[in-house]
Amino acid sequence: MEKHAAQLPGSTSDDSRLGAFFKSLANQKMLMLMSLPFLAWVIVFKYVPLWGWTIAFQKYRLGRDIFDQAWTGLDNFKFLFQEQQFYLVLRNTLVMSSINLVLGFVTAIVLALLLNELRRIYFKRTVQTISYLPHFISWVVAANIVQTALAPEGIFNVLLLQFNMIDKPILWLGVGEYFWGILGVTEIWKNVGWNTIIYLAAITSIDPTQYEAAQIDGASRLQRMWHITLPGMKPVIVILLIMNLGHILESGFEPQYLLGNGMNVEYSENLDIFVLKYGIQMNNYGLATAAGMFKTVVSFIFLIVANNLAKRLGESRLY
Amino acid sequence: MLKTKSAQYSSVGDRIFDVCNYCFMIFLVIITLYPFINMFALSFNDANDSIRGDIYFWPREWTIRNYEYVLSESNVFYATFISAARTIVGTIVSVFCTAMLAFAISRPEYKLKKFVSITFIFTMYFSGGLIPGYLLIKELGMLNSFWVYIIPGIIGVFNLIVIRSFIEGLPEGIMESAKMDGAGDLTTFVRIVLPLIVPALATVSLFVAVYQWNSWFDVFLYNSSRHNLSTLQYELMKILSTSNTGASAADQYANAQGNVQMVTPTSIRATMTIVASVPIIMVYPFLQKYFVQGMVVGGVKG
Repeated sequence: MEKHAAQLPGSTSDDSRLGAFFKSLANQKMLMLMSLPFLAWVIVFKYVPLWGWTIAFQKYRLGRDIFDQAWTGLDNFKFLFQEQQFYLVLRNTLVMSSINLVLGFVTAIVLALLLNELRRIYFKRTVQTISYLPHFISWVVAANIVQTALAPEGIFNVLLLQFNMIDKPILWLGVGEYFWGILGVTEIWKNVGWNTIIYLAAITSIDPTQYEAAQIDGASRLQRMWHITLPGMKPVIVILLIMNLGHILESGFEPQYLLGNGMNVEYSENLDIFVLKYGIQMNNYGLATAAGMFKTVVSFIFLIVANNLAKRLGESRLY
Repeated sequence: MLKTKSAQYSSVGDRIFDVCNYCFMIFLVIITLYPFINMFALSFNDANDSIRGDIYFWPREWTIRNYEYVLSESNVFYATFISAARTIVGTIVSVFCTAMLAFAISRPEYKLKKFVSITFIFTMYFSGGLIPGYLLIKELGMLNSFWVYIIPGIIGVFNLIVIRSFIEGLPEGIMESAKMDGAGDLTTFVRIVLPLIVPALATVSLFVAVYQWNSWFDVFLYNSSRHNLSTLQYELMKILSTSNTGASAADQYANAQGNVQMVTPTSIRATMTIVASVPIIMVYPFLQKYFVQGMVVGGVKG
């Protein structure tokens, strides 16, 4: 990075270093050929869209050149922050990602602990393989499964009726209040197995002599899990928790979009769907971009804070 | 070790724990697999018979008519072809490009190594968002084209990190000796590095292939007006999103040939769900060793 900075105009102090830099760069034509096209790609597809944020300060009309739009200053943001719907979707986003975060962590950690206690290696491996399955199927298929299971004649209602827990079938996805719970359970079903991978890897690095020592001291299974395995996972848990806090505005898009409907919209619509609705479907590009920009900027701050926290805790995450 | 194991079993509490644990695991396996088994049973059961209900684990009246019907539907047939095409092309292009870039930025002598790496890693922190992204694709003239499935997703930063970490873990001597023998960077990459990083390539291939096969949102956003670029997941999504309203897409499929008797929306949904998930179910167990390793590398470093 320092050498690269030497390219900047004005830093003429060491011409020889600059010359050497370009000379060795010239010898790396093939490496440049292998990487610079992708540098161009990342700039076009990831950095150029940032410039599209100017739309948030415009009354953007389709079909008109991007330089030829009417500037409106902060009007879009003013409108956004006065919009009742915006606070509703913000609430939904935060609640759903908090549920995912807490449930996702707890279930994955518990499952990893329990898997670790299985002694029949083939049984353990089979359970693991099966538990990864839902992670690989699409959200479309998952939503299809959830919708089928929760339909009035679906398995969930059938079972509840069988055990006399309800008198008549309930249209679960038609009641807004149930949506967060349904989404939380669906997310667990889909990802709990997958999320154990990293914890199980952390467990394998625990020194086995600790278990032997604990056993000699007469510690029970549960005590060993609590006092040895769980503390052994702690560094990974802390890092992942902090990193996930940085993604608190990312509550997901596909499950909410696919399972959401007119009856649960007050609970299912999140920021991403809000952006899609206003932007692509209602052609209010300015407002949608403003909402998207709000999300990115807040997420960016969260992520930077989270990363610095993680770094301070001794685990280098990036670079 | 065997001795300590039998010692563990001496405690009653431990035994109860074991029994509960195994029961719980079996419960977990059932709730994970049941939906697929149920869809499988419905898809192979006679559609009219399914209306009577009570199909849970196994078809009552076997038939492959549902599959014949769904796959003879030109929309679905085309969509399956496009899904397969984007999965194959997308995976090959993306994995090769990602590996090539990873190789370049793993070379310690490469002067732009840090600059390129940071430019990529930084994109993990932000995105332009939906609207600017959509307008970019539009400005680039990529709406209504097959390439919109391939080009915007060529490099995934996570995948890049996985492959780079793997290359950096190779013994440096191998590349040194290749250089001594006069091999250029491209030769070293193709002949020496690629064969050695097959495990990482397998991991990333799986991730990319799953992403490609499962995608529907880019179809919806960029290509929804082009029927011949639709994918299987998008067709299934259309059935799903309309199934709450009166005239669902599944109904339309069922009515398309005026043979409501032969197939029903339920059996079409089940059949398409199986078609959309079977390729993945067939592949991922065999790559388990690789993707577990890849997740650990990427999860720690990424």
